[in-house]
Amino acid sequence: MKPGTFLILAGFLVIATALPAKTIVVGSKKFTESYVLGEIAKTVLERSGFEVQQRAGMGGTIILWQALSGGQIDVYPEYTGTIGEEILKTKQSLPEGAMRAALAKFGVGMSADLGFNNTYALVMRRAEAVRLGIRSISDLRRHPDLKAGLTHEFLDRQDGWRPLESRYGLTMLNVSGIDHAIGYAALANGSIDLKDAYSTDAKIQENGLVVLQDDFHFFPEYKAVFLYRMQLEPRAIDALNHFGGIDEARMITLNAAAERTKNYAYAATQYFHASPNETAPPPRQFAPKLFRWISRHLELAGISLFFSILVGLPLGIAASRGGALGQSILAIIGMIQTIPSLALLALLVPVPFLGISASTAIVALFLYGLLPIVRNTATGLQEIPPALRDSAIALGLGPGARLRKIYLPLASRTILAGIKTSAVINIGTATLAALIGAGGLGEPILSGLNLNDNATILEGAIPAALLALLVQGLFDLLDRFLIPRGLRL
Amino acid sequence: MDPLVRLLGVSKKFGGSTALQPTDLEFRSGLTTALIGPSGCGKSTLLRLLIALLTPDSGKITFDGTEVNEANAQQLRRRVGYVIQEGGLFPHLTARANVLLMSRHLGRPPEEMESRLEELCALSQFPRDALDRYPAELSGGQRQRVSLMRALMLSPELLLLDEPLGALDPLVRSALQRDLKQIFTRLKQTAVLVTHDMGEAAYLADEIVLMNEGRVVQRGSVADLREHPASEFVSGFINAQRSAAF
Ligand SMILES: Nc1ncnc2c1ncn2[C@@H]1O[C@H](COP(=O)(O)OP(=O)(O)OP(=O)(O)O)[C@@H](O)[C@H]1O
Ligand SMILES: [Mg+2]
Repeated sequence: MKPGTFLILAGFLVIATALPAKTIVVGSKKFTESYVLGEIAKTVLERSGFEVQQRAGMGGTIILWQALSGGQIDVYPEYTGTIGEEILKTKQSLPEGAMRAALAKFGVGMSADLGFNNTYALVMRRAEAVRLGIRSISDLRRHPDLKAGLTHEFLDRQDGWRPLESRYGLTMLNVSGIDHAIGYAALANGSIDLKDAYSTDAKIQENGLVVLQDDFHFFPEYKAVFLYRMQLEPRAIDALNHFGGIDEARMITLNAAAERTKNYAYAATQYFHASPNETAPPPRQFAPKLFRWISRHLELAGISLFFSILVGLPLGIAASRGGALGQSILAIIGMIQTIPSLALLALLVPVPFLGISASTAIVALFLYGLLPIVRNTATGLQEIPPALRDSAIALGLGPGARLRKIYLPLASRTILAGIKTSAVINIGTATLAALIGAGGLGEPILSGLNLNDNATILEGAIPAALLALLVQGLFDLLDRFLIPRGLRL
Repeated sequence: MDPLVRLLGVSKKFGGSTALQPTDLEFRSGLTTALIGPSGCGKSTLLRLLIALLTPDSGKITFDGTEVNEANAQQLRRRVGYVIQEGGLFPHLTARANVLLMSRHLGRPPEEMESRLEELCALSQFPRDALDRYPAELSGGQRQRVSLMRALMLSPELLLLDEPLGALDPLVRSALQRDLKQIFTRLKQTAVLVTHDMGEAAYLADEIVLMNEGRVVQRGSVADLREHPASEFVSGFINAQRSAAF
């Protein structure tokens, strides 16, 4: 290498290291421990001098994995068992080296084991288990009538319920799907007798539950690790590998702290402080938070509504002309409406440029907002009496002027009703945006569900309901200005 | 003088049924023609062909020497006024806005529009202070007067009226007949009027065109039709009308 070239390269290197590091985005799944580990990763990275952005509670494994491999996030906490079964989809458990090699193909690296194993477990109320003499999973064979309430993820996983049933030869008669946090409440009040759990769940201690022994060693190891993008700066990777580790007892304490204070960031600070009770949870100011949720919520609903109108009106006009085009517009848009919102979000996440972001939520809301607008525009225009259409044509108005001056004003009431419906639906559906970390009033609803804390749920649900009413009222008011007076007589 | 409008072999079918058989017909400037005949005989169809709301299946229509086609239809419509039974007023516009719609669209000077409006109000006996009411706030007769003003606003060369007085009570109807007659004579307006009522036709029109089953059966004055009926249908139709009057 010529000295000149070397100098230039060296110069670039100096400049590159002097430049502020790119923000590292940390994601987490939608359950307490993942939130806490996400907060810990954030603190660890910040202490090494990085800017960190948090995307908390984004969803389940598939969403997080896609976000990581697609580059929308840089780090998230995961478990070795999940990596083998769900991400790499291997039949037997992989040795660590093979797992690293397989992940590297996606440009993803795996940190050292954080120090605890959070495997799946089946739990029951201790008293009930003692009464029935159930200690291990194989004991369940004698009690097929127990009511099992299992998380949807566990029901579907390759290492989940079905293979477990066949391995143990279980024939449980009452199996239903239930949210993880709600399941704990159901187990406590006796609505269910058995549920899946993570072995570090704080609730196991708090609620006096017993973990059934996995006597056939069905569950693989679920050691906690951080998955990260290999493009990350070596210094960041180093920090994630050497921050000290967490053992099982510690993790249960942190989880319990998170659930008690309803504050994941606070729980994470407990990890870094020598004595856990030294700092009280920082006072949570409600008003600014509420303001942030509401403004985000309105932003999501407002932007999507704007685009629904922009696209929906022309589509509705085209659909009003009937024919093959009109029919197919209405059919396609009707079909979008039948996709469950959660599924629509999951379908949009892998789309390039969308991923885990507010844009994805806006696109989903936009798509949902289309149908009422398109359908009402089409119906409103089709309902115009033929005599009025003839009059407009007979006067010698061109097609554009007819639409602007006659047809759209005549259909305005119906069209506005469609826009109103769309807006109200959007306010409701926008709560789901929190599932992919896009914020809004779904945020408290989601963490409330997660913590099984009704007060937190209501912090989101009540403003969302009020907002929907307010929007409805605003549109009723708007009708007075936008619907011509002659049509209101 | 060349006729203003000429139909040459014009016919129209809807699906399988024929609404208008191939027809030759002329309308001359300055004359009022009444189209009369039993329900479903094709009167409205003929009128709708004249204002190009329908396109003929065969034959051609010329307006002032120009053949009407898709390209010039919109321009020609502006030279024709069209009034229908219920008026066809736009409910979201005031009476004034309905009347001025086209001239505003064409960017006519406001003073010109105002003076024309003034003229029309006087001509059609419409109270000026009702101009700012919406159609829903007007009586049936007033609505027809507004509709007439709208049709006359651009001083059309041809005025088409499809049973303009059909839905009105007898008193309002006869008042409007009188006013229409005045307008036709004063403006020397070329008009084609569809009506069911022989008396109305006789009073308003210079010439009657009697139709039946999509065909012109006879054309002439009322006296011609009465004294020299071309067929039994003609005498039958006239007699039925006379007995209905009593
Ligand atoms: N748009 C249409 N589609 C199908 N058939 C039509 C249409 N318009 C008119 N027709 C038919 O064509 C024939 C002539 O109708 P038209 O409206 O011209 O009759 P009319 O002489 O004006 O009758 P009326 O005195 O009752 O108004 C009728 O048989 C009618 O049913
Ligand atoms: Mg008719």
